Amino acid sequence: MIEMPSVDLSKCNGCGLCVRVCYCGALVLVGKVIQVIETEKCGWCTHCEAVCPTGAITCAFEIVMEKR
Amino acid sequence: MAVQIDWLKTLAYFSGLTPTELESVGSFIFEKTAEKGELILVEGEPAGVLYFVVSGVVKVFKTSAEGKEQILYFVLPGESFNDVPVFEGGQNLAGAEATMTAILCGLRKSELATILRSYPQVAWNILEVLSQRVQRLVSLIEDLSFRQVTGRVARILLEYVRSRDDRKPRLTQQEMAAMAGTVREMVGRSLRILAEEGKIKRDRHRIIITDEKAVRQEAGLA
Repeated sequence: MIEMPSVDLSKCNGCGLCVRVCYCGALVLVGKVIQVIETEKCGWCTHCEAVCPTGAITCAFEIVMEKR
Repeated sequence: MAVQIDWLKTLAYFSGLTPTELESVGSFIFEKTAEKGELILVEGEPAGVLYFVVSGVVKVFKTSAEGKEQILYFVLPGESFNDVPVFEGGQNLAGAEATMTAILCGLRKSELATILRSYPQVAWNILEVLSQRVQRLVSLIEDLSFRQVTGRVARILLEYVRSRDDRKPRLTQQEMAAMAGTVREMVGRSLRILAEEGKIKRDRHRIIITDEKAVRQEAGLA
């Protein structure tokens, strides 16, 4: 399973702004809600999160120490 | 609700109590489930319940008049929140929101008073918990007063790095901004700066600390 941005469908208003800023094709508008497509091309740029007017998309980071 | 005695034993509040005493304490506690995004406490409302987190993570925050959020801390399983206003008898000092589905145990103020009268050990435990809370808040004040944004972000990274402790929550840039007293864009800028300086690297959803010593120096902790 590839980690992808998380979408809260109850908050998504179908504005499609996130689709327009996504450069890797990970987000598609199906009817009036967003669907996330798993793809390694998603570089976690977080632009979708930044542009979402309702806070429906979140791109949370896991913080780890480099293994030596 | 029959609160698990084994779980109660792990809480700092009830450290040192016998199984019989824990069973008595357990009879006062009620369970509550909070869904992701649910407001458990509203800042300014009368305080009546002290909560412990059984599972999930709760965000404790203050909101300015303009609606800007300052995260004070995240409450992990085994920790408590709303302690101070319950003891003080006033209003909730901050809001609390479940960042994911959370199971909580609550203790009403009147029942807490009964427990304290019956088991003085609990009072001493509470002093220890609150002292640690004060230390954490002093650290936050120090951070907001003396450190540049990149330094504050570095400190947050060190605080939330996951090792064996997988209870620590993942953080969005917005949450880091709320904790650092800045805006999302500045957090993004700080992360880019730290990456350019070779102190961290990004791998999709992972922020990897590659030079711990340098990040500590940036955070003013070296």
